Amino acid sequence: MTAKRKPESTGRRFVKVCHILDQHDHNPSRLVPILQAVQEEYRYLPQEVLTYVATALGVSPARVFGVATFYAHFTILPKGKHLVRLCDGTACHVKDSVPILRALQKRLGVDDRRKTTEDMLFTVETVACLGACGLAPVVVIDDQVYGQQTPESAVKLVETLITQEAQ
Amino acid sequence: MLKEMKTIEGNMTTTEATKTLTIDGREVPFNGERNLLELIRKAGIDLPTFCYHSDLSVYGACRLCLVDIQGRGVQGACSTPPEAGLKVRTQTEEIREIRKITIELLLANHDQQCPTCPKSSACQLQDIARKLGIRKVRFKPVHQLAELDLSSVSLVRDPNKCVLCGDCVRFCDEIQGVGAIDFAHRGHEAAVLPAFGKGLGEGECINCGQCAAVCPTGALTPRPEVDEVWRALNDPVKTVVVQVAPAVRVAIGEAFGLPSGMSATGQIVAALKRLGFDKVYDTAFSADLTVVEEANEFLKRKAKGEKLPQFTSCCPGWVKFAEQYFPDLLPNLSTCKSPQQMLGSVCKATLPSEMGIPKENLIMVSIMPCTAKKFEAKRPEFAQDGVPDVDHVLTTQELARMIEEAGFRFKELEPESFDMPLGFKTGAGVIFGNSGGVSEAVLRYAAEAVTGRKLGNPDFLSVRGEDGIRLATVTLDGVELKLAVVQGLKNARTLVEKVRRGECQLDLIEVMACPGGCIGGAGQPVTREREVKRLRTRGLYEADKNLDLHKSQENHHVTEMYQKYLGEIGGRKAHHLLHTHYQNRRRIADERMVFGDGPEGDKVKVSVCAGTNCFLKGSQEVLSEVLQCVDAQQLQDQVEVSASFCFEKCDQGPTVRVDGQQLQNCTGKGACAAMRERLKNKVAPE
Repeated sequence: MTAKRKPESTGRRFVKVCHILDQHDHNPSRLVPILQAVQEEYRYLPQEVLTYVATALGVSPARVFGVATFYAHFTILPKGKHLVRLCDGTACHVKDSVPILRALQKRLGVDDRRKTTEDMLFTVETVACLGACGLAPVVVIDDQVYGQQTPESAVKLVETLITQEAQ
Repeated sequence: MLKEMKTIEGNMTTTEATKTLTIDGREVPFNGERNLLELIRKAGIDLPTFCYHSDLSVYGACRLCLVDIQGRGVQGACSTPPEAGLKVRTQTEEIREIRKITIELLLANHDQQCPTCPKSSACQLQDIARKLGIRKVRFKPVHQLAELDLSSVSLVRDPNKCVLCGDCVRFCDEIQGVGAIDFAHRGHEAAVLPAFGKGLGEGECINCGQCAAVCPTGALTPRPEVDEVWRALNDPVKTVVVQVAPAVRVAIGEAFGLPSGMSATGQIVAALKRLGFDKVYDTAFSADLTVVEEANEFLKRKAKGEKLPQFTSCCPGWVKFAEQYFPDLLPNLSTCKSPQQMLGSVCKATLPSEMGIPKENLIMVSIMPCTAKKFEAKRPEFAQDGVPDVDHVLTTQELARMIEEAGFRFKELEPESFDMPLGFKTGAGVIFGNSGGVSEAVLRYAAEAVTGRKLGNPDFLSVRGEDGIRLATVTLDGVELKLAVVQGLKNARTLVEKVRRGECQLDLIEVMACPGGCIGGAGQPVTREREVKRLRTRGLYEADKNLDLHKSQENHHVTEMYQKYLGEIGGRKAHHLLHTHYQNRRRIADERMVFGDGPEGDKVKVSVCAGTNCFLKGSQEVLSEVLQCVDAQQLQDQVEVSASFCFEKCDQGPTVRVDGQQLQNCTGKGACAAMRERLKNKVAPE
């Protein structure tokens, strides 16, 4: 997780994709782990990379797209620098997670369809149960868990990040 | 010894045949049926299905062919192999209820605009709902209507009619080896989509339309051009001529209750004249013309031993397939236009002066068994000064619809004859519509051209048949011609790979995308019966027999055409009108990728193509070498290396671009040298 912030040259990233494919012997039945590794690298699954992966594995891009859109873990849209995940599992839901979601969306100008801000700083998603029901309702921002949130407290968390980014 | 084996075999088959199971209380013998569904249908019970198609893999998704097997409960008949002693029931209350609910649920999510649906009356969902007696859908529709996909010139995709049976997906993948569409998303959002949710016309789709032919509903249908044709017919200024492809004549009757394979040429011509077409020509005429050109091209190549094997080029599905996946083999494709385009260019070049009309007032319509012909007619190389050689392409289905709309009683039409001279053909032109027909027609020409003697029996039975890949060797006065006839593009891919690996020495390869050839085209009346295709095939061979001439070189109107307009066979004028060229195509239309961000500031930009063909030719190694070179000489601040997608120079790959300069057949060393050169010039420009 260290020193990965600096964007790498496009050719080098591509070589990494090739490396990932090599590691999996260009085996089409390894498509899911390959896509996981590619998403780790790019933080989403760019169309062009998917086409390349399809070519290299000898399957059609439509098939790869199908797998990439089937699993909730994969995303074909670029995500923002900060990932805001709101738990909407049963416990969080009954503890009013939806108003928190709406407040966050309103503050950041996103909605259920367009989840990433235009400046690519934030992506707001819901997840089904993080297993932290004792802390409901829960918001996770960049792997940091915040429990017992209210719409106001959650918006404050995001605003802190906005201020940091502005500096 | 032989006799003994026979008796043993005989015994074995009898024991096999005595295996039985029970269907609805009746004992039924089975022998070799792949699944219960086949057996049940053989026993005379038509279980409903969407997702079962005998040519495709078993999917078992639609849950309609359910049966009750004693001791096992409810099972899908399509995915259960027959076993001795099974007690199968097909109509229990439970099964009837499940089937009905399944259809109701499908209807709840279905855009039920049946009267305005192009598949109306040929729709399996409609048919099954009627048969099961569904009178009411108890579930509320929750889906929002999705937009129609009109990006393809050959097909219309209506996601609101899809039942997710996957027939289209499996045909495209398993028979055509393309995979242009697949399931995407999940749950209630699941849909059959082209890659990245793009339009059908923006990707790998080769327009064969077989997805529409197997689609049980109106989710995929041929894109109609009927309105445009009516408008032209009703325009007093326009002279509208029409050509009819061979395969149309043995299939259109099906739409009017005539038996499959019965040639209805006379009725088609009569109907077209009544509809208002000024001249009715036969595509089989230009098929004769194609044979003369293509056979000459082939014999020349054979004599020189170059650009072999020669691939046929009359199937537009195959041509696009080859352009996408085999750029290195494009020089091997015959440069001959397809018969449709030959007749189009000949008409547009000769008729205006002959008829004394301005060129822009001449409209050429073609009636084709094929959806890819719509795409072919719109290829830019088939237009002169923006005027297409073929203005509109109607499928057999569309012509049937026009005849229905006009109200003609097709069966009762008094037969009429094609207009001369472009309606005159030999049997060689007619069999073009069958898989193997082009090869046979070329052989009938080549045999006389090589030996210099008259050919007695014109039939070359060795190229006929139903197998996906057929190999034949024909010896003519010591000259050995090795041919292959392929149907289905997955088979074509298999054969091409063999040719590339040098495992297969061939001279001529005929490729037809659709199983059966053009008679099995997606523009033909919809059928699920294999037998129908057999009858159409036989119909064309019979039509050949019913003509007096069987060899294209005997078509005196073709000879006259050369004398009057085309000059020498394969000559300059002929080339101009009858030949074409091919282009490299990337798989996904708008893909021009850079992995990551664009170049910063003043760096030298090196892009290595990572498209399909460059990849196969080792572009990955080229890229690694360039990066190593950059690292070794510490040029990271001066050079931006990227991998990019298809520059459409696939035949000369790997392609590398160094700033503006494009390098073909590039090696790692070559790319590094060009990069250093560029850096030198950049450092000292003044």
